[in-house]
Amino acid sequence: MPGMGGRMSVVIKSKINKLLDRAEDPSETLEYSYQKQMELLQNVKKGIADVVTSKKRLQLQQQKLEQQVVKLDTQARQALSQGREDLARTALERKQFAQGELQSLDQQVAELESQQAGLIEKEQKLRSKIDQFRTKKEVIKAQYSAAEASVKISEAASGVGEEMADVGMAMQRALDKTEDMRARAGAMDELEAAGAFDDNLALGSGSTDDIDRELHQLTSQSEVDEDLERLKAELGSGSAPPQQELGSGGEQERPA
Amino acid sequence: MIARIATESQYRLDDEAAAQLNELDNEAVAAVDGGDEDRFHEVFEQMLDLVRREGSPLGDDELEESDVILPPPDISFVEAGSEFTGEGLIPD
Repeated sequence: MPGMGGRMSVVIKSKINKLLDRAEDPSETLEYSYQKQMELLQNVKKGIADVVTSKKRLQLQQQKLEQQVVKLDTQARQALSQGREDLARTALERKQFAQGELQSLDQQVAELESQQAGLIEKEQKLRSKIDQFRTKKEVIKAQYSAAEASVKISEAASGVGEEMADVGMAMQRALDKTEDMRARAGAMDELEAAGAFDDNLALGSGSTDDIDRELHQLTSQSEVDEDLERLKAELGSGSAPPQQELGSGGEQERPA
Repeated sequence: MIARIATESQYRLDDEAAAQLNELDNEAVAAVDGGDEDRFHEVFEQMLDLVRREGSPLGDDELEESDVILPPPDISFVEAGSEFTGEGLIPD
């Protein structure tokens, strides 16, 4: 039993063989086969371009999240300097969440980069094989009788056919993974639209919304605590101004 | 024997390496039959290692058909179920 790639190349080979049986003129078959190979090479280029596009999109998201992390840190600092530890905590929780997302994005970008490199390598290999086929086809046309030629063509075409099937499989697997990432990126956009990374920390709104509650669950409380202590130390606080300065609201958020 | 690692490259293996590959192939089938995912990945990694270590890569200008095609290195256990059955990749 041939492997998965084997089955794919068997399909391609049987197509090639049918073509060979039908063809009256071997040189015509050779030209047709060569033309098909060049078409596939163009498809590989398109596949690589798709991977690059996905990568760029993820990189844009990376940048947005990085800015968000800086902004949330600044907001936490501001909140704390005004004695609003509750708001500072919310900002830091969001920051932790954004940092977690950033980590997983880093991994995805790295994976796409390695897929891109792999596909480029495969494209070059296929190009070499097609070049070789082009050379062989000229030799076959010049040196063999029609009957002999069809055997030689079949051999050469099978070798290229297997390579084509393999490149096709590599491309399919890369695109499947890219699709998964795209779906995930879409989910992140929705989360963002729902306010998870909202610019405005809803100062004074007074109650935690669903996203806040979710964030409470998602983020590690101890990391937030550490972050909060770090900020307090940096601000030299401990002598925070009285909280009533900031009006009503937010205070109830904090569990007693 | 010419072996291809799907989505990677083709290699030429000598008889000894081919025999070792066949043994590992049978072990992979046994692991799949037994539903032992960890064991399967362990054996499959050994197969890939063997081909990469013992095989000499085919030149880009060689138009050869493979005798055996190993599935892609990132194959899942579910996908493996349809590959490593019966006599495995290499008929005994």
